[in-house]
Amino acid sequence: MEWEAIELSLRLAAATTAILLPLAVPLAAWIAFARNRVTVVVEAIVALPLVLPPTVLGFYVLTALGTRSPLGRWWQELTGSTLAFTFTALLIASVLHSLPFAVQPLVAAFSGLDRRLLEASSVLGRTSAGSLIRVVLPLSKAGAATATVLTFAHTIGEFGVVLMVGGNIPGQTRTVSISIYDRVQAFDYATAGRTSLVLLAFSLLVLTSIYTLQRRQKGAVWPRP
Amino acid sequence: MAPTLTVRVRRHILNLRLTVDLGQVLVLFGPSGAGKTTLLRCLAGLDRPDSDSLIQLDQTVWDAPGVHVPARNRQVGYLFQDHALFPHLGVAANVAYGLHHLPRQQRPARVAEALTAAGAAHLHDRPTRGLSGGEAQRVALARALAPQPRLLLLDEPLSALDTPTRLRLRTELRRLLLAAGVPTILVTHDRAEALALGDHIAVIIDGRLHDSGPAEAVFNHPATVEAAAAVGVETVTTGTVAARRDGLVHVKLADHTLQAAQDTVGFQEGDRVLVCIRAEDVALELPGPPRATSPRNHIPATITAIHPDGPLLRVALDAGFHLTAYVTRPTLEQLALAEGSRVTAAIKAPAVHLIPHLP
Repeated sequence: MEWEAIELSLRLAAATTAILLPLAVPLAAWIAFARNRVTVVVEAIVALPLVLPPTVLGFYVLTALGTRSPLGRWWQELTGSTLAFTFTALLIASVLHSLPFAVQPLVAAFSGLDRRLLEASSVLGRTSAGSLIRVVLPLSKAGAATATVLTFAHTIGEFGVVLMVGGNIPGQTRTVSISIYDRVQAFDYATAGRTSLVLLAFSLLVLTSIYTLQRRQKGAVWPRP
Repeated sequence: MAPTLTVRVRRHILNLRLTVDLGQVLVLFGPSGAGKTTLLRCLAGLDRPDSDSLIQLDQTVWDAPGVHVPARNRQVGYLFQDHALFPHLGVAANVAYGLHHLPRQQRPARVAEALTAAGAAHLHDRPTRGLSGGEAQRVALARALAPQPRLLLLDEPLSALDTPTRLRLRTELRRLLLAAGVPTILVTHDRAEALALGDHIAVIIDGRLHDSGPAEAVFNHPATVEAAAAVGVETVTTGTVAARRDGLVHVKLADHTLQAAQDTVGFQEGDRVLVCIRAEDVALELPGPPRATSPRNHIPATITAIHPDGPLLRVALDAGFHLTAYVTRPTLEQLALAEGSRVTAAIKAPAVHLIPHLP
């Protein structure tokens, strides 16, 4: 078993989720509640990782982080090391790649809310941010949980983007999926098989928990006096 | 001092000007789809009127060219048609929701005060789910009153309730609103509700203001044909309950006592009521010795005016109070009615509708 790779994947998934959710909540709220021409474009951009080959996203992230780009140069001046092929680069790519998995469940949950509740909140003197924290999020728990689980699971399962941006450095960028690919290349089918089984079991568990959550959400009827 | 509301609003079909001293309860009355709710939402800041609009409460400008004060800064209370209580919060937390400007230790007292003012003190510890429509209504009113708003806006406050609750709450809501003392603007398409709750009525039809004035004046003398159609030609006048006997409510009205066949429950002697009589229900007889007829009420009156109104003639009467009757042309000729004629107005007891109305 490739424990180092599994540990790295878990770390990457946790960090991605922790960074992505605080960004996704206001973004999803804006998409769900503003609903104008601009939000449609933003919604499409957010959904891009769903249809783009991971190699394309990986290519752009790699180019953006490389030493020839302003961002890559700035990072090098700041830290003295290059950004590409590091855990940080992997994290940036993961955040972008998992964006739709965090934003879309939240948008779906927010859109289902009674708009009247938001209006009531604003008439009672609350700002949009205050309403988001006090009314929208507490009433979107299932959607928030789905977003969290999906983001985490999707990051664990990443392959193409990791390969493009991170390479295959043990303890740095060598995640579970890379390690399986690596083992197969080395004809170590036994190890690849064991790690694959772990990922398979994990994915099944995640999806089962999401469907359980959604069923519970459907069952809980909002009191509409 | 009653605050003055100045409104010049355009949005979608809405296009009206209105300047009114907000006394107790201003009713925006009109058929569904006339733009009443849109106007209320513009006042609350929930909708933004077209850019050349003006909404001003005393010296505070809420909307003007280049100005739009967001809802959260207007200090208004808004009662939504379906109450819109926060389902994840209990009753007390719902009422406390708008009190974030108040020091924390003062909030529980204010919550209790608002719930009491809305007649909902007993609901303090209840969760929001499981409240009946009437209870939710009271909690929503308490939530709107708690931050001590400058203006209270109510959108069809009774329409989401079942009929018995609606009738019971109608009188009580008026009492609660008067006690709260906050200038109130209320939207309704229900004539009885408008009369029961309002002091001043603005009639809005197809987005335009057709009439505005004290409730009785608007109902007795509608300013336009459309307003007359909306309110119905009806005599509305103030009386006092004199007695309850034999399933009839006796109402003192000027020098007369009218008998109304109405559920006597809810009426106490001395209660102030609005007496409503539709013009179709008033029959005219020539004065003469009393005969045995079925109408319970016979009132001597003088004809003050006769106007054609479609196939009928609308006859204005002075009976010590203003009364309107419809007659056909043959009747007019047979009875030789003219301005100044003395007649007797006959009104059946079931045609006299009473609406409780606190002063």
